[in-house]
Amino acid sequence: MTESAILFKNVSRHFGEVKAVDDIELEIKDGEFFSMLGPSGSGKTTCLRMIAGFDRPTSGQIILYGQDVSNLPPYERPVNTVFQDYALFPHMTIDENIGYGLMIKSVAKAERVKRVDEMLDLVRLRGFGYRKPSQLSGGQRQRVALARALINHPKVLLLDEPLGALDLKLRQQMQVELKNIQREVGITFIFVTHDQEEALTMSDRIAVFSEGKVEQVGTPSDVYEHPSSSFVAGFVGTSNLVSGEVAERITGSPRRFSVRPEKIRLAEPRDEIESDMFSIDGRVRDVVYLGLYTRYLVELDGGGDLVVVEQNLKTTSMDVTKAKGRNVRLLWKREHVSYVEG
Amino acid sequence: MLNRISTYFYLRPRLVLLLFLVPPLVWFLVVYIGALITLLINSFFYLDGFTGQVVREFTLQTYAKLLLPTNLQIFFRTAFMAVLVTIACMIIAFPLSYYMARFAAPRMKGLLYLAVTLPLWTSYVVRVYSWKLILAQEGIISWFARLVHLDGVLQWYLSNDAVGGPSLSVSPTGIFLVFVYIWLPYMIIPIQTALERVPKSLIEASGDLGATPAQTFRTVLLPLAFPGVVAGSIFTFSLTLGDFIVPQLFGTSSFYIGKAVLTYQGTSGNIPLAAAFTMGPIVIMIAYLLIARKLGAFDAL
Repeated sequence: MTESAILFKNVSRHFGEVKAVDDIELEIKDGEFFSMLGPSGSGKTTCLRMIAGFDRPTSGQIILYGQDVSNLPPYERPVNTVFQDYALFPHMTIDENIGYGLMIKSVAKAERVKRVDEMLDLVRLRGFGYRKPSQLSGGQRQRVALARALINHPKVLLLDEPLGALDLKLRQQMQVELKNIQREVGITFIFVTHDQEEALTMSDRIAVFSEGKVEQVGTPSDVYEHPSSSFVAGFVGTSNLVSGEVAERITGSPRRFSVRPEKIRLAEPRDEIESDMFSIDGRVRDVVYLGLYTRYLVELDGGGDLVVVEQNLKTTSMDVTKAKGRNVRLLWKREHVSYVEG
Repeated sequence: MLNRISTYFYLRPRLVLLLFLVPPLVWFLVVYIGALITLLINSFFYLDGFTGQVVREFTLQTYAKLLLPTNLQIFFRTAFMAVLVTIACMIIAFPLSYYMARFAAPRMKGLLYLAVTLPLWTSYVVRVYSWKLILAQEGIISWFARLVHLDGVLQWYLSNDAVGGPSLSVSPTGIFLVFVYIWLPYMIIPIQTALERVPKSLIEASGDLGATPAQTFRTVLLPLAFPGVVAGSIFTFSLTLGDFIVPQLFGTSSFYIGKAVLTYQGTSGNIPLAAAFTMGPIVIMIAYLLIARKLGAFDAL
């Protein structure tokens, strides 16, 4: 059995009338890369700040490796944070920034220098130690922030949208790098993001937040393949949400379900329907060519519409635009349907 | 027509720059630097003690007079007062500035800003005179001391020559209190501005990395607020060095630089000695600024 790194027990954080975090139960396991995913204002950052100690729960408890830390100040918690704006000390060099935690703990100078150098190696910034933060690029600052947090060997590393300020290429590179570093140091990482792709790429498990509550906790494939609510289905990836009369025509029941656009196959109108499949007929109303794939908006016979995505394996932009107006049959496997709440 | 003028200037940015810079440069060179140079030149003349006339010949004998023990004492007394006033202003200004920068709600911050700058709306002389009333023998402080039966302590305090005098309103302590009062806004505003620019996340990061609030103050907050503190101290220090009204109104017979300048220049017509005296604060300020630069106060500029 793996030990739990962090337990949220009925944790709430209210700011006046606003319930930023509303009665959350959550378990984060030792050594996992855990993401808190949600739109802004969903309570994910507040949860992170409560773990760090910048904020205290209005009610409930936060247990860190068996110890109730709910009312400990930040400087007495064995966790460290990588801030969204990096929060590097502008009046200190990179060496001094990274060694700050050790300096505070009065670690001997020689030991400090050695460990700072190790950290510079880990984040591939050897030779930058004498510079000031203002002389580094965004990606480099980000790595300094990471080194400064990791040097203290925290039990948990908290990352507050650390990649938000980087451009796409650098962000993807840092995603891989972060994941590698996490494997190397073996520390529990808690990663806050509003970017679902980022969360899916890096995480062992994801908690999806909405309006101060946790909607779903699970592995990336769990959350993607089997969203438990229409919010999760809509927020993590794109999804077709079908309910009511249209759902009844497809599945025979008015229960709301979600199906991913890439799971649906565009077939000829009279194609055979196998027994493990759902199907419905319609007409292509719109075609958007997106290079790697094409998105079709299909108007269903008898009302409603579905989005279908197909990869352009053999087709070119010329071929796909011709599909507009065609009658089609949509087919997808029953297992790709998730029945969702709300 | 107006368009063509605009275009004419738009195409000649250097001309525009020149037009913008000429008035301030003229002012700066003629009125500002010019006056200083006149002072400097005058300080190398001397006053003929027999005729009472200024002799316009180059000499260092006026400067030699500055080195007389009584005159040196004036410098030390004034500089010491300026240091004390500056330190007191820092100690009072920092917590208030910190509160304004970090915790005060916008409305409260506006109110505090107003409260800090409000005294600057009234004449300096009027405010100084009002302190005369506060500190007088019959003033509120003495009244309060009697009320709580501490008038004995006050009398004992005033009987010390170094700090006291006939009453609070005629004593070095009085001068100190009034100086701290009138220069305080000049310390609060720059410190507040410097603290405002320190992101909250830096304070959080420091705590996150294990620093107690006291350590955070010493290693993060103070170094980052330092330029503001220095800027404020330049105001309080130099204003105290040169002021003559407060020592005049609240002083005992001991001179301060400003009062000395006033006396030599006005009463005895010894303009060269007055000019030489004025060079004192200028030299002290230059030394002060050099030290401040050495400590890195201007690195952020």
